[in-house]
Amino acid sequence: MSAPHSISDLAHDLPVPAPVLTRRGWSVFWMAVVAIAVLAPLANLVIPEGQPLHLSGYMVGLLGKIMCYAICALAIDLIWGYTGILSLGHGLFFALGGYVMGMYLMRQIGLDGNYKSPLPDFMIFLDWKELPWHWALSDSLPATLALIVLVPAVVAYIFGYFAFRSRIKGVYFSIITQALTFAALLLFFRNETGLGGNNGFTDFKRIADIPLATAGMRMLLFVLTGTVLLACYVGARWLVRSKFGRVLQAVRDSESRLMFCGYNPLPYKLAIWTVSAVMCGIAGALYVPQVGIINPSELSTANSIEMVIWAAVGGRATLIGPIIGAFIVNGAKSWLTVAFPEFWLYVLGALFIGVTLYLPHGVVGLWRQMMAKLAAGRSGGAP
Amino acid sequence: MTPGLMQDGAQRMAHAHHRRSSATVSGDRRPGIGRLHVPGEIDVTHGRILYLEDVHVSFDGFKAINGLSLDIAPGELRCIIGPNGAGKTTMMDIITGKTRPDRGRVFLGSTIDLLRYREADIATMGIGRKFQKPTVFEHLSVFENLELALAANKSVRSSLLFRLTPLQRERLAEVLITIQLGTHAKDLAGTLSHGQKQWLEIGMLLMQEPRLLLLDEPVAGMTDEETERTAELFLSLKGKHSLVVVEHDMNFIRAIADTVTVLCDGAVLAEGTLDHVQADQRVIDVYLGR
Repeated sequence: MSAPHSISDLAHDLPVPAPVLTRRGWSVFWMAVVAIAVLAPLANLVIPEGQPLHLSGYMVGLLGKIMCYAICALAIDLIWGYTGILSLGHGLFFALGGYVMGMYLMRQIGLDGNYKSPLPDFMIFLDWKELPWHWALSDSLPATLALIVLVPAVVAYIFGYFAFRSRIKGVYFSIITQALTFAALLLFFRNETGLGGNNGFTDFKRIADIPLATAGMRMLLFVLTGTVLLACYVGARWLVRSKFGRVLQAVRDSESRLMFCGYNPLPYKLAIWTVSAVMCGIAGALYVPQVGIINPSELSTANSIEMVIWAAVGGRATLIGPIIGAFIVNGAKSWLTVAFPEFWLYVLGALFIGVTLYLPHGVVGLWRQMMAKLAAGRSGGAP
Repeated sequence: MTPGLMQDGAQRMAHAHHRRSSATVSGDRRPGIGRLHVPGEIDVTHGRILYLEDVHVSFDGFKAINGLSLDIAPGELRCIIGPNGAGKTTMMDIITGKTRPDRGRVFLGSTIDLLRYREADIATMGIGRKFQKPTVFEHLSVFENLELALAANKSVRSSLLFRLTPLQRERLAEVLITIQLGTHAKDLAGTLSHGQKQWLEIGMLLMQEPRLLLLDEPVAGMTDEETERTAELFLSLKGKHSLVVVEHDMNFIRAIADTVTVLCDGAVLAEGTLDHVQADQRVIDVYLGR
């Protein structure tokens, strides 16, 4: 059964660590970089309207938004696809990043608000005389960029520490994340929280003192989002290709076996949970200047669940799958909500049930299955 | 802290260090009184690697373990038999830190109180465990399963930058050959047969380089040939490692056992050679006679 191997022969034959991306993977990666950073700006800003190759401002906005969602789907894949921890509360981290960015954008309005006051409009409306304490750093762009990472990271770390230390698992963990997000929704709705209540933040004018509502700025944010998405993808690939990534999969497959191998799962779960939350926070911060509004509806239950659906549709534990899933589902959504607005939620529900029943490995799984069949057919047909 | 106190402390430490470094081995034992406790090192000078005393556990009133006392010598191969519900698996849960006993004492060597540690710590100290149902990481390859079990720094940071050294690759290859999965290194563990999964799990234990192996029904579902090879493997491990084997397969036990312990209702019913316990009327009544 086993070949007559000597130990050193076998040691020589053992698999070597796989590279982060294959040669073909890197060429696709650089093509994506060119498409996002060169071709898209050309098609949008240089090629005039009416030409077939022109990329409309609407499409730039839509694609930019979907790329933010794709970052979230990637974050869900790390925690759910690879580690087996189903979070129904990633909308919270998305909103936290978004709100931090929103606070900065509110301060950038300066004296151009409706009340011509240095305070944001909603504070005048509430008859507040000075900025509350948690707005202290909102004037500074560097501080805002740091907080976009830090706020979701700290919230995720503290919540994760207590949840994972208490060995809360499976559906109980999912329900608690959902409850946490709902609690945050109620908190953000209150005017006293000082984050604009149910209206949230809107009417943004500038970012880094440059007007927001120009084609150039829209393009800049688009390129930035695309770059972050690609960087997150490569970073996630690096994580899951390391031994760290294999420990995560071991947590998913059999956590008790892993403990008896001498691993403490707590720091592993906590690390990937925090990384995943930070990715969502960054996505939220990129999202807000592009859509021009952030309010507590981002914290609604449906938003967090939709993220999970993107990952499931694309294919869990594949990294590329959830990105594709985010594009498919949101592409369909933007078309359907215009064509048949009342049917969208039914379609979404049916999609989730259909994928769970018939496509457990998502679109990417289906693609791989077809490729394997083709290859098998070809080698079977050959003489 | 006064200089005088600091000087005293320094002197005490120097004295202790001197005693430790000048300790000699006499009569197969290290000098008893002057011996210093070294944290994390298993102390077997008293001839025992595992020591359970008067352990009690109950689940919702059901007494799963009821006054169990047991001790294992270094290098010993101990078989444990007993009817279903005798507490064999619960005993392993207690030793490995999965279940906390209501009372009793559990020591690794004569200095490490296992009840104070968690699963991962206990595994790192040198206790490996094979589950009753073969438990491997199904979506990882055979190679990756063994690599995860390898005795190494298991913190997050070192996992991120982990690379196998040539020596570790040799060790991995050696274990692959021992468990006869050399040609399956790249296969997913989920695709192996039941017997092969059992062997892979044993291989993962070997990668951990444990001092004490706890094996829960290691030959369940194996073919006769695989069972025979497993017996050979265990006999070759005896001496270097201590083994505690829970089994129902009497032929297998006859092939490997020196001492057999019979558990019943959470306590030791009989102990001795297989022939001795098989002749015991109480053992025949509760277990063998059925």
